[in-house]
Amino acid sequence: MSTKNFEVLEEVVIKFAGDSGDGMQLTGGQFTNTAALFGNDLGTFPDFPAEIRAPIGTVAGVSGYQLNFGSKEIYTPGDKCDVLVAMNSAALKVNLFNLKKGGIIIANTSGFDLKNLKLSGYDKNPLDDGTLDGYNLIKVDVTRMTREATEDIQLGVKEKDRCKNMFVLGFLYWMFDRPMENTINFITKKFAKQDDVKEANLRALKAGYHYGDTTETFTTRYHVEKAKMEPGTYRNIMGNQALSLGLVAASQKSGLPLFLGAYPITPASDILHELAKFKNFGIRTYQAEDEIAAICSAIGASFGGSLGVTTTSGPGMALKLEAMGLAVMLEIPLVICDIQRGGPSTGLPTKTEQADLLHALYGRNGECPMPVLAARSPADCFDTVLEAARIAIQHMTPVILLSDGYIANGAEPWRFPSGNDLREIKTSFAKPMENGEKFMPYARDEKLARPWAIPGTRGLEHRIGGLEKQNITGNISYEPENHEFMVKLREEKVELVADYIPLQSLDSGPEKGELLVLGWGGTYGSIKASVKELQDEGYKVAHAHLRYLKPFPKNLGELLHNYDKVLVPEINNGQLVKVIRDKFMIPAIPFNKIQGLPIMKAELVNSIKSLLA
Amino acid sequence: MIDSSTVTEPVVKLTAKDFQTDQDVRWCPGCGDYSILKQVHTILPQLGLKKEDLVFISGIGCSSRFPYYTDTFGMHSIHGRATAVASGLKATRPELSVWIVTGDGDALSIGGNHFIHLMRRNFDVNVLMFNNQIYGLTKGQYSPTSEVNKITKSTPYGSVDHPFNPIALALGSDATFVARSMDRDPAHLQQMLLQTWKHKGASFLEIYQNCNIYNDQAFELFTEKGTKKMNDLFMVEGQPLIFGNNDEMGIRLDGFTPQVVNLNDGFSKDDLMVHQPKDINKAMILSRLYEMNDSEHHFPKPFGVFYVKDRDTYEDVMNGQVEAALAKMGTGDLDKLLRGKETWTVV
Ligand SMILES: Cc1ncc(C[n+]2csc(CCOP(=O)(O)OP(=O)(O)O)c2C)c(N)n1
Ligand code: SF4
Repeated sequence: MSTKNFEVLEEVVIKFAGDSGDGMQLTGGQFTNTAALFGNDLGTFPDFPAEIRAPIGTVAGVSGYQLNFGSKEIYTPGDKCDVLVAMNSAALKVNLFNLKKGGIIIANTSGFDLKNLKLSGYDKNPLDDGTLDGYNLIKVDVTRMTREATEDIQLGVKEKDRCKNMFVLGFLYWMFDRPMENTINFITKKFAKQDDVKEANLRALKAGYHYGDTTETFTTRYHVEKAKMEPGTYRNIMGNQALSLGLVAASQKSGLPLFLGAYPITPASDILHELAKFKNFGIRTYQAEDEIAAICSAIGASFGGSLGVTTTSGPGMALKLEAMGLAVMLEIPLVICDIQRGGPSTGLPTKTEQADLLHALYGRNGECPMPVLAARSPADCFDTVLEAARIAIQHMTPVILLSDGYIANGAEPWRFPSGNDLREIKTSFAKPMENGEKFMPYARDEKLARPWAIPGTRGLEHRIGGLEKQNITGNISYEPENHEFMVKLREEKVELVADYIPLQSLDSGPEKGELLVLGWGGTYGSIKASVKELQDEGYKVAHAHLRYLKPFPKNLGELLHNYDKVLVPEINNGQLVKVIRDKFMIPAIPFNKIQGLPIMKAELVNSIKSLLA
Repeated sequence: MIDSSTVTEPVVKLTAKDFQTDQDVRWCPGCGDYSILKQVHTILPQLGLKKEDLVFISGIGCSSRFPYYTDTFGMHSIHGRATAVASGLKATRPELSVWIVTGDGDALSIGGNHFIHLMRRNFDVNVLMFNNQIYGLTKGQYSPTSEVNKITKSTPYGSVDHPFNPIALALGSDATFVARSMDRDPAHLQQMLLQTWKHKGASFLEIYQNCNIYNDQAFELFTEKGTKKMNDLFMVEGQPLIFGNNDEMGIRLDGFTPQVVNLNDGFSKDDLMVHQPKDINKAMILSRLYEMNDSEHHFPKPFGVFYVKDRDTYEDVMNGQVEAALAKMGTGDLDKLLRGKETWTVV
């Protein structure tokens, strides 16, 4: 049968694009799982339209899913695509710019009829008018063939057409030499109770596969070998999922019940959805009436001895600021997760950005310090939130964790830990007092943390609040010197966290030299891929990536001074770079992209080269 | 992890004095808050609870200083949000007795959203709203309960907005206990505080409180000897609604329309509306009674319990879900959770 050639590739980027109703997320997800199970390294990123039900066939309604898989290490969902699946003309219009020259387009011809062309703003059919010269265009009438494959099944045309994505998936499995088992199992399970639907999906999938096999037009198939990954057992994980699991782990490792107060907001809502499932882990999720109530309820829960958590995105962060100030004054544990999105205001709700850093560091009334951490990749959300919870509990302070839409919805293979491998989070509540001795709610330990004295404990009755207080007694105090003392004390307490976190290490590159690329958060993959490419070409470039943004690791200044130049790439208008310049007095150089999109390898590589020239 | 075993131990005899703190009470001399504080301290020992199981949470305002003066656990939180803080505490620590102290501005203006949601969710907490129909702490601006055309610092030409009726708002938010009392009637206030506490569910007690600095005598009609009897209607469950200098006046229902009748004009007590606080329709009528006053009708202001209803509390249902999940699925296995559904192994 297979007389066709195999070409071996190291890495492939596929973009699945179609109308919101075309099931592209599911298709991409299935291909991803299959690639992962096969042993490829990978990175994925879904790209949703902002509107829930944008008009069918329009550019606004295009939903995409990008997957980068390979036999080498993969750090990002990839820059430009090798393969573009376009289920209709709108999908082509939106994504063509991002296809490599000579790349493959798999176009569903029935999505390019007059109506679709008009809706997507094409005067002429781009499949026929030479627009796509220079690309490898594969025209397939997916709709017709799906209907033919499911001809004798008792289902309406609408239902049959819903299987189109399975035809495409089958075809791609053929093209990339992947077994169908995983998806067959998935379909069988998912539609266990709807025989006809199950059958139709299976037929479409297989028809797509055999179409590749039997049609003479396609001469090349591709093969991507297994990646050489660290030995171990892996699963695929998305950022918000990892963050949710990290919170469950934090609850288990601290022995504290977890309370999540949240108000739905893209792209943070999935954390609420995920944690709501885990009731048998003693987790309580509370969908509050707004963001303010969400954080306040979490504060109430923490006051009562739970691990209080609130999750949100930019506009919700803005609403929570006053309550964060209260948490700083109360000095109780609280984890605040900001899954950043494009701002300001409602901004770009479904696009990514790193523009809440200054907001997290400084955006409150008064001198209001709290530790700030950032996750760098989907799987890293797990470790980072666990670390945030540890700091919150052991240092008696609210902690902000920054993630972003890119890593929240992106996925990567994760060599998950076993529960036993995770560090305990030592937790202790203040003990009852029997002898009438006066309890001092603002007495401090060596970390400057005060006791966590929860209601229900005999002899510890005390009042706390947002008014300035005297150290040790916690009594209200308006004394001028006391305020200055307390402001500095709260700052020192947060800075002391630096004694309990790892020193900053280099991700790669020489320990001294001409250029250090310093990143934070979700740009990790892009920076790593860029620096790797340059290092492979012989450039002496180093990369360090920050998890701790307040306080900075103690050796950061020393590390930065080892390089002539420090470049700080960010998806914002230059925020970390300001802090670095301010704190270390070095002329750090900004690299900014503010398009709601991740940084592309090519862009950063070029920019670094020009700095080294 | 949280040790709630202490709650079931035998109860210690406490006195009002045990609830005083060492902090100087800083309200203006003559402020109605003093009386409310005193009545609360008087009833607390009667609850049979230990001090450490009581929590007072307040927002911001003169009234919200309350927790500093009460020797229990307490939090003086932020403006309008005491209700939200208390919700999280009660959800996770249902065994605690949680009290919310708030003002008319704190509860109904900046905290209006949380207030209505607390009521509908029915957390088992006690909300004491000190209504002085003014912003005290910020020195005398009109509040959402101030009467129309009120002259204050922020409204030199008179306020424009129509006021809230807090009782009707609470009923409209599906509160399960709604009552009203006043600072100047210690016996009634104590009785209402006890009933507020006794009710399992979100209990709302509106307390008329005189701010003698910025809104003095706002409730004079209802609190002073000479006028009180003709203007106050003290509602007692199962009893006909009677008021007046010699208990000669009564409220009668004509269909859904209340009327004031004089028992000396041929009406008997049997003709009167009987107070049935479990009847939401009657509660609604009574909540609006005073608003029906006009040149021809003279309706009194009702005090007492307007409405009581048994409904599952939020925390009971929430924690019931957790327990049911534990019973059904067993305690969660972290390793299984981390592993997920699909894995692959690289050797
Ligand atoms: C976010 C915020 N906005 C405004 C204020 C100022 N403020 C404090 S108390 C208050 C109104 C208090 O009125 P009320 O709740 O009726 O309490 P009272 O002082 O009358 O007891 C205002 C506007 C504040 N503390 N916080
Ligand atoms: S301003 Fe009014 S409410 Fe505030 S303490 Fe003084 S009298 Fe009481």
